Amino acid sequence: MLLIHCPYCEEKRPELEFRHAGEAHVARPADIANISDAEFAHYFFYRDNPKGVAYERWRHIHGCGRFFNAARDTISDKFLTTYKAGEPKPELVEAANENKAEAQKGNSAK
Amino acid sequence: MSAAGANRIAGAGRLTPANTVRFTFDGRDYTGLEGDTLASALIANDVHLVGRSFKYHRPRGIQTAGPEEPSALVGIRRDAARHVPNIRATVQEIHDGLAAVSQNRWPSLAFDIGAVNDIGSPLFSAGVYYKTFMWPKAAWKHVYEPVIRNAAGLGVAPDQPDPDRYASRYVHCDVLVIGGGVAGLAAALSAAESGAQVILCDENANMGGALRFEGEAKLDGLEGYEWAQQAVDRLSVMDNVRVLQRTTAFGYYAQNFVGLVERVTDHLPAPDPDTPRERLWQVRAKRVIIAAGAIERHMVFANNDRPGIMLASAARMYLNHYGVAVGRKVGVYTANDSAYAAAIDLKKAGVDIPAIVDLRTDPDSGLVEEAKGLGIRVLTGHAVTGAGGKLRVASMTVEPANGGSKAEIIPVDAIVMSAGWTPSVHMYSQSRGKVVWNEESQRFLPGEYPQDAVSVGACNGTDGLQASVTEALAAGETAAKETCPKAKKSGVKITVDGEGKWAGNMVGAGPGAGAGKVMKAFVDFQNDVTAKDIRLAVQEGMHSIEHVKRFTTNGMATDQGKLSNLHGLAIAAEALGRPIPKVGLTTFRPPYTPTTFGAIVGHARGKLFDPTRKTPMHVAEEAAGAVFEDVGQWKRAWYYPRAGEDMHAAVNRECRTVREVAGMFDATTLGKIEVVGPDAAQFLDLLYTNPFMKLGVGKLRYGIMCREDGFIYDDGVVARVAEDRFHVTTTTGGAPRVLHHMEDYLQTEFPHLKVWLTSTSEQWAVIAVQGPKAREIIEPFVEGIDLSNETFPHMSYAEGKVCGVPARVFRMSFTGEAGYEINVPADFGRQVWDAIYERGAPMGMCLYGTETMHVLRAEKGYIIVGQDTDGTVTPHDAGLSWAVGKKKTDFVGIRGLNRPDLTAPGRRQLVGLKVKDGKTVLEEGAQIVANHNQSPPMNIIGWVSSSYWSENCGHPIAMALVEDGFNLMGKTLYVPMPDRVIEVEVRDTVFFDKEGGWIHG
Amino acid sequence: MADMQFSRELPLAGMMHGGPGVSISAAPEANRINLRAGDDALAGLSKGLGITLPKKPKTSASNGSRHALWIGPDEWLVIDEEGDPAADCAKVKAAHSAVDVSHRNTAILVSGPFAADVINAGCPQDLSLEIFPVGACSRTVFGKIEVVLYRTAEDAFRVECWRSFSDYAFEFLKDAARGA
Repeated sequence: MLLIHCPYCEEKRPELEFRHAGEAHVARPADIANISDAEFAHYFFYRDNPKGVAYERWRHIHGCGRFFNAARDTISDKFLTTYKAGEPKPELVEAANENKAEAQKGNSAK
Repeated sequence: MSAAGANRIAGAGRLTPANTVRFTFDGRDYTGLEGDTLASALIANDVHLVGRSFKYHRPRGIQTAGPEEPSALVGIRRDAARHVPNIRATVQEIHDGLAAVSQNRWPSLAFDIGAVNDIGSPLFSAGVYYKTFMWPKAAWKHVYEPVIRNAAGLGVAPDQPDPDRYASRYVHCDVLVIGGGVAGLAAALSAAESGAQVILCDENANMGGALRFEGEAKLDGLEGYEWAQQAVDRLSVMDNVRVLQRTTAFGYYAQNFVGLVERVTDHLPAPDPDTPRERLWQVRAKRVIIAAGAIERHMVFANNDRPGIMLASAARMYLNHYGVAVGRKVGVYTANDSAYAAAIDLKKAGVDIPAIVDLRTDPDSGLVEEAKGLGIRVLTGHAVTGAGGKLRVASMTVEPANGGSKAEIIPVDAIVMSAGWTPSVHMYSQSRGKVVWNEESQRFLPGEYPQDAVSVGACNGTDGLQASVTEALAAGETAAKETCPKAKKSGVKITVDGEGKWAGNMVGAGPGAGAGKVMKAFVDFQNDVTAKDIRLAVQEGMHSIEHVKRFTTNGMATDQGKLSNLHGLAIAAEALGRPIPKVGLTTFRPPYTPTTFGAIVGHARGKLFDPTRKTPMHVAEEAAGAVFEDVGQWKRAWYYPRAGEDMHAAVNRECRTVREVAGMFDATTLGKIEVVGPDAAQFLDLLYTNPFMKLGVGKLRYGIMCREDGFIYDDGVVARVAEDRFHVTTTTGGAPRVLHHMEDYLQTEFPHLKVWLTSTSEQWAVIAVQGPKAREIIEPFVEGIDLSNETFPHMSYAEGKVCGVPARVFRMSFTGEAGYEINVPADFGRQVWDAIYERGAPMGMCLYGTETMHVLRAEKGYIIVGQDTDGTVTPHDAGLSWAVGKKKTDFVGIRGLNRPDLTAPGRRQLVGLKVKDGKTVLEEGAQIVANHNQSPPMNIIGWVSSSYWSENCGHPIAMALVEDGFNLMGKTLYVPMPDRVIEVEVRDTVFFDKEGGWIHG
Repeated sequence: MADMQFSRELPLAGMMHGGPGVSISAAPEANRINLRAGDDALAGLSKGLGITLPKKPKTSASNGSRHALWIGPDEWLVIDEEGDPAADCAKVKAAHSAVDVSHRNTAILVSGPFAADVINAGCPQDLSLEIFPVGACSRTVFGKIEVVLYRTAEDAFRVECWRSFSDYAFEFLKDAARGA
């Protein structure tokens, strides 16, 4: 079971309290009634399936109830960072390095 | 001779001779000592033959003294329901009354018919299942598989429900130490004395690891085992330490989440029924210190599986801990020093050691001289090339390692062996670590750590007692310092005196039995994989160790190849002519040792398997004789049969009574959401297809909720309680997802709206009173609401009091009758229900359940989302175009509804069906065709979504989703069934009171 | 028939279980509101309720019989066994949502030296005093249901759950208390 940092609760909480909610940064078009079929298809049906960093929505449904965003590495399954809904996509170079540093802490402890 | 077995050595071991324990094996009575494992007690009684092997049915004995045991698997029986197969005799502790049976033999252990597999074994080589039983295809299912399943395999699964209790616990700590040997104890002491929260677990009954058999070294001036017990005592009384014995770390998951299973009662003769048999500990540790030790490997030679042949360290454990000699005349075969220690200990205990056969030509060790000094014959540069005997080893054949002179046959009744030690990297590997080959020491060791963990002692390749202790103390203190803000210096010092014999040289891979010979030199005992099988796999083209593993099943048994993996790899590498690290090691996966389903399931059995939800009126409904149906987790009153009524009769009566008099129904399970805030109306306008801005206070509206793709998601009635407050209802099953869906839009798409949501599903008990007499029945209970048709017409809402408690009253109907849904705070629900029932019943009112509710709504053509819709139905398809706001510029689904395929002709549309024979009730889910004379596969144009007998109409009624249904009114369609074809006519969906006058009273 | 005098029937009325090191019992009846509001309304609501609504995650505030539990950044559960928080909020002008959930929830009191261990049979959160001190509260999971957990003393918790889940919660706690 993963631990997920909730940006609203400001701590890591057990995965059981969360629910995945699809891809992040897919905004509902402002004038949705008038967009073309192609635009609607891109908004509603098309999703990225990247190997590497994926941006996801999660909801702390059995906790504070808030939706938030996460950047997760689909190879290692690790959360790189989480951030509040509405905040811009984070700069991930830094976040990825931090993650690596944390993982290597065990080695330095030897 | 001791009462507790002929092989018990007076003065040896740590068990108390007076504490005898009686147990049975295959129905025969034996005596052991308190603290014995089944294996030690059987060997004490000179029983080595304990089972038959998986494939060849070869006689098998006890090869180890611990959890790595591949062969000595038995069934343990406590009573009829408590029979557990495949228990390792080396782990199971004996208790009075324990009954063990051998497995995979018939008719008896000593004479087993299945052993013909051994003679016919050329047929059963590696890959045999893949190649032999391919043809004819049908024979696999009816001939080969049943025979193979009967002949192969181990224990028999119990056929009764498990009567035991299991518990589980989440627990957090700074430092989890896996393994209670000298390194684990030192690390735990150091971390604990530094102030960290520590959990120490060990899979054995006694902590101490190798100190249980290694008596030479002294720690803090004490004999090793004695020191270990004092260390455990010291840790056990510390508030910040949890010591878990008989507890296996079986799985290492992401972010230092480690599963431990504690065996709480299996060793007890009469467990307290309140005590769980096993407890699952789900540990989240800031750091894991792996101190899992090392596992000795066997030597690979012909017939190396004969009972009486075992690991050298196991023989030492049986002697030094249990006081049991594994034989009277014990041969030794080794490629490293640690077998010498066993030979010396056994010799000193009075056991005859005919020879130590050492593969090495020039073993550079003081132990050789010590052995020779005791008068033991040492044959260096020699190999054991075979073992004699069948049910028990009787001799060993010794030849010079490089061949040449002729073989010598030495009579023995046991052989102890050691090919070296394999560091236990299972936990490290499970943590997703990649092991690294160490060329110098010829073993795989932990590489980079993907998680916050560290290995200490033998599992880290650290040789020697002093080095292990030093490493572990440092790791414990560092772990505390880095995980616990309040940590201080540990101050723990452990003085080590002597290294022990075992620790001297723990490396060296033994050779496989030579290539090209027909014989059985076992690599994997549990899956009956021989050296030849592995060479065959390579010969057949398996070049990756992953393929070799799957082809031969080497390492795939329940012991996960704890003894065999490295041998298999070495033989494969040799056959491939490639170095070991180039061939690679297979991945270790959880569980480390077999884990019961009980432990995984824990508390979630019986009543706790899933919550059972009951409404406040449940007891009253039960008393009224309701039959309940499961609706999700809810128990809902289905129908209320009276004496002599079956379901059909009861439902017919209920349906009639509601329309003729009145009925009362429990609608509590409907989802309810309170939507509050100045922008509440605007929010609902966006979430529903219907317009909500102009809904007046005190009015109700039926609303449809779509997803963005235009398909119906949920429906319900919405009341405007105040300008800024709505009471929204949802379907019973839809309650959580509708709230989730609303929160999603509110938080992420419409965050500018000032509105908040709260689930009130369980705040209100909902009592529906429906029918011509509904008003007359409830009127006397209602205060503050004028119920007259003029002031409180259909689709009105008001707050007042019912039976003196605050109530929200909806004038609405899901039956087509004039009716009310009375919401009262749930804790009052049963009392209000009873009060209304007491008045209504004498007036002719009945209670009705969900079945009648379904029939009555279908008579009116009201849909049930999820029954008459399936996630591909739009409001237009369902005939609900009137509920889609034409003038609205935005709502969820507005664009989806205009997608080309949703506006194209030929969509499946909801229509009514008249069954032409006037009596057949269609099956829900039945398929519909336009032409029943076509040959299959037929062109399906729709399906029946709702179908009932309507007592009020006097004929069956049905709704269906049919292609282009709205344009097929009056057309005849067909419902093909297995035995006949039913003719139906397409019609509208309103079967009763087409004008809709009844609803207004 | 206006003379009817009904009293609340709590779903777990009178339920009690005593085991070694832990006791489990149904809490007495209480008034509750689920309060949701933006930052602009907090001062007014705090004044109206007579309690400073906590803004820090996982914390609570108490005043006499009244307890306000932080649930989310715009959500509080206010519990009062005597007063009526809904009535107090009704007087506050700033936009907010106060919804009576007195009957939606019911509560189980778990106390004794093994209280945290017993709750940890189904709750995956770290309940050590450092991480979950007295006064801490959180919506979380317990087995297969959602609960709000509130630590009222070092060895005492209040477990709030929806009424139809209370039987499950109580039975689970009882099962976990056996042989704890």
